[in-house]
Amino acid sequence: MSVVTVQLGQCGNQVGHELFDVVCADAQDGQRKAYSTASCERFFHQTTHGADLVARAVLVDMEPKVINQSISRAAKSGRWRYGETSHFSQKQGSGNNWANGYCVHGPRHRDMVEELVRREVERCDRLAGLMAMMSVAGGTGSGVGTYVTQCLRDIYPSTFILNHLTWPYGTGEVIVQNYNSVLTLAHLYKLSDAILVHENDTVHRICSQLLNIKHISFGDVNRVIAHQLGSVLQPALTADSHGVYSRNPLGELVSSLACHPEYKLLSVSTIPQMPSASIAYSTFSWPGLLKHLRQMLISNTKMEEGIDWQVRPTAGSERTSSLTAPSFNTSLANLLILRGKDVYSAETGAFEDPALYTSWLSSQEAFNLWKSPVPFNKYEKSATVVSNSQALLRPLDNIVGKAWNMFASRAYIHQYVKFGISEEDFLDSFTSLEQVISSYSQLC
Amino acid sequence: MTQSVVVQVGQCGNQVGCRFWDLALREHAHVNKKGLYDEALSSFFRNVDTRKSDSRACGVGGRIQHLKARAVLVDMEEGVVNEILQGPLREVFDSTQLLTDVSGSGNNWAVGHMTYGSAYREQIVDKLRKAAEHCDCLQCFFLIHSMGGGTGSGLGTRVLSLLEEEFPEVCRIVTSIYPSAEDDVITSPYNSVLAMRELTEHADCVLPVENQSLVDIVNKIKQMSHSGKPGSVIKRDSAIISGRGGLSGPEKPFDAMNNIVANLLLNITSSARFEGSLNMDLNEIAMNLVPFPRLHYLVPSLTPLYTLADVSVPTRRLDQMFSDAFSKDHQLIRADPKHSLYLACALMVRGNVQVSDLRRNIERLKPSLPFVSWNQEGWKTGLCSVPPVGHSHSLLALANNTCVKPTFMELKERFTKLYRKKAHLHHYLHVEGMEQSFFSEAVDSLSSLIEEYHHLDATKRRLMPDAPRLPIAR
Repeated sequence: MSVVTVQLGQCGNQVGHELFDVVCADAQDGQRKAYSTASCERFFHQTTHGADLVARAVLVDMEPKVINQSISRAAKSGRWRYGETSHFSQKQGSGNNWANGYCVHGPRHRDMVEELVRREVERCDRLAGLMAMMSVAGGTGSGVGTYVTQCLRDIYPSTFILNHLTWPYGTGEVIVQNYNSVLTLAHLYKLSDAILVHENDTVHRICSQLLNIKHISFGDVNRVIAHQLGSVLQPALTADSHGVYSRNPLGELVSSLACHPEYKLLSVSTIPQMPSASIAYSTFSWPGLLKHLRQMLISNTKMEEGIDWQVRPTAGSERTSSLTAPSFNTSLANLLILRGKDVYSAETGAFEDPALYTSWLSSQEAFNLWKSPVPFNKYEKSATVVSNSQALLRPLDNIVGKAWNMFASRAYIHQYVKFGISEEDFLDSFTSLEQVISSYSQLC
Repeated sequence: MTQSVVVQVGQCGNQVGCRFWDLALREHAHVNKKGLYDEALSSFFRNVDTRKSDSRACGVGGRIQHLKARAVLVDMEEGVVNEILQGPLREVFDSTQLLTDVSGSGNNWAVGHMTYGSAYREQIVDKLRKAAEHCDCLQCFFLIHSMGGGTGSGLGTRVLSLLEEEFPEVCRIVTSIYPSAEDDVITSPYNSVLAMRELTEHADCVLPVENQSLVDIVNKIKQMSHSGKPGSVIKRDSAIISGRGGLSGPEKPFDAMNNIVANLLLNITSSARFEGSLNMDLNEIAMNLVPFPRLHYLVPSLTPLYTLADVSVPTRRLDQMFSDAFSKDHQLIRADPKHSLYLACALMVRGNVQVSDLRRNIERLKPSLPFVSWNQEGWKTGLCSVPPVGHSHSLLALANNTCVKPTFMELKERFTKLYRKKAHLHHYLHVEGMEQSFFSEAVDSLSSLIEEYHHLDATKRRLMPDAPRLPIAR
């Protein structure tokens, strides 16, 4: 079954392009036929004549430069390309203004975008779901992206919609990024089935400390995000798929992780991550990988360096609020995805420890496992955990806190009011997110 | 890709504008090797085939036939515009873009604003409209003028309010040259304060530039080139102070100073014209840097101001560029932003600089730069991959900072000195349409602007507690 991706704004288009690059290279990397076929079917469609792989993607941006770049780079790769008419852009961007994106650009171009998505959806034999990729800091990805998600929810009420969000660096890329983030998250929470988040700060650290990149560019950051996302979305054998590659990846992801409407924030951690030159010289063992990954999860370290081994699961009654003291990261549900050699021998019992989870679900229900015997993206063995846990609580709280501080002085509000977002709308969004923060803090 | 129209008013405005067009052509010539009329060029130039009878514009993608600047040139005396039309840039403008008169404004804001403003209103609107119609998607008007004279100051601000009336959705970015204290025009404080009120009310962003700062910078550069320090030879044809390599011939006295301002405009628009990994459009500048509608005065600082002879760029040089941008010597007004309060700051980087370099420098500089409590991370960043001519990278910092307060206070003081004695007032009041209330309202507007900056300054020393969060029922 196929996934249609909607790439929104500069970030969404740049990351989306890297994702298709990664999955295409991985699928064609001398892999086994079933895996290759499933992967290509999921992300590409083949033109009637020739072996051309065309991405199942719709590219949307309010200014043309990034889309043009993505399309030409894909074509240059020679392995896959974007559809010629699958993109939509305007001349003038959204000016980092969520209100401009959501109230002006979104409605103005609704019909065009819906048409492009509809065409892509109709090309699929069976639709597994829609994935919208965007950042939350700017104006188009965040504002237009939210509006488009709303439209898609209206048109496809029973389709799974996954939003992949890139959160900006904490020390500012865009001054009003916290406002844009708050408005986006509050709205998406009501529309999306699950919200998968990557933070620029975390990925940047992975690039510098694990991948040893000296001069980190956005390209490097985007490739790491694409690698992690690819390791989640490439074909895998799930509990429900009965020995063949799952035909319902988004559905299974959502149903295993986002089981309560108040809890939709998902984080991703993948190990190992190392410079590609070193991969050939390293050996990995499943016990080693799984031990590290589990500790990363419970100590909320998003990369395999500086893991705090002191953090241990505690009994539920002893857990303190996780906003005040760094402590154990309680999970609501986890999805572990193992890819590579000897995957059937991997012992995952440690992830089923009830101490990791809240008391509402039994650990058998809270823990889910997918496997694939095919190595992913050159790593002989790799393990990914997609987690619905308190991992994003602190970053979310920071964003809301900073936005609230700015709102208290009413700075920049006139820019939003100009396009149709009122102070009331801001207050509603703040209220929704405070509710989410409260819910996650109380997980125990 | 969007287009911008430059409106140059008065002697200073036209001279700076002239330098801008020269440098813009040079920059595009440097980058555009194939002679095709591309999107980047179309942001400031039209491509016209003059052989065709109606001189219609050619679309993007074809060969360059004849480039015409997207500009409107206004002056109430003919000297400067005539010089432009006889100089090497004559092909770049056609007669329909010009508006001139003979007698000048006599350094009188009222004459510029009221007399000429009314007399030429129709023509001005007409020319602006034509320029706008030639654009596919007009994003911004750049107004260049000086504050101290009569035409640039008076007629320029009249044009500004016309722009707001006729094109309310198009951003208005104004580059205003403020007179130095020793300005030889005695009434420059009157003209400046009267113009300030218009800027506060009708502009989206103002980039104030002080003549004195430009003089200081040019002197410093000349000093550096004569100091003979090893390794510090200035590349002679750097675009920053020299127009050499462009179309114009030998340099005229104000050229070096005007070049700096022209470079400012080039750098602001670079990310909208060329590609990069983190684009920054013009409408993003107003969005991110203007937290309250009237506080839209952005202090520009440009680095590097000279190129060093050694081309290899170790990281230290790059970091030096960032440090320089915040030093007093590189600001284009005489102010010390480090010792005032930042409301917001934008860094527009050009050239081979990566996001990690940007982040590293922001981390490094942040502790020494005081930001207002609700905007501690008030940084807006843009990365454009095309560097300016003659440099491998450059940085333009735009700061919304309370350091403009002393500048405005000084201006108000100079105004008050004259106004108290009613000196030269009759020249203004004789002009039809001008009343004394204009003066008092203008100085009131300036006072309240100073007051607003003062309020924010007062929060600098105080440790502002975080606003209490919304309580949620558990």
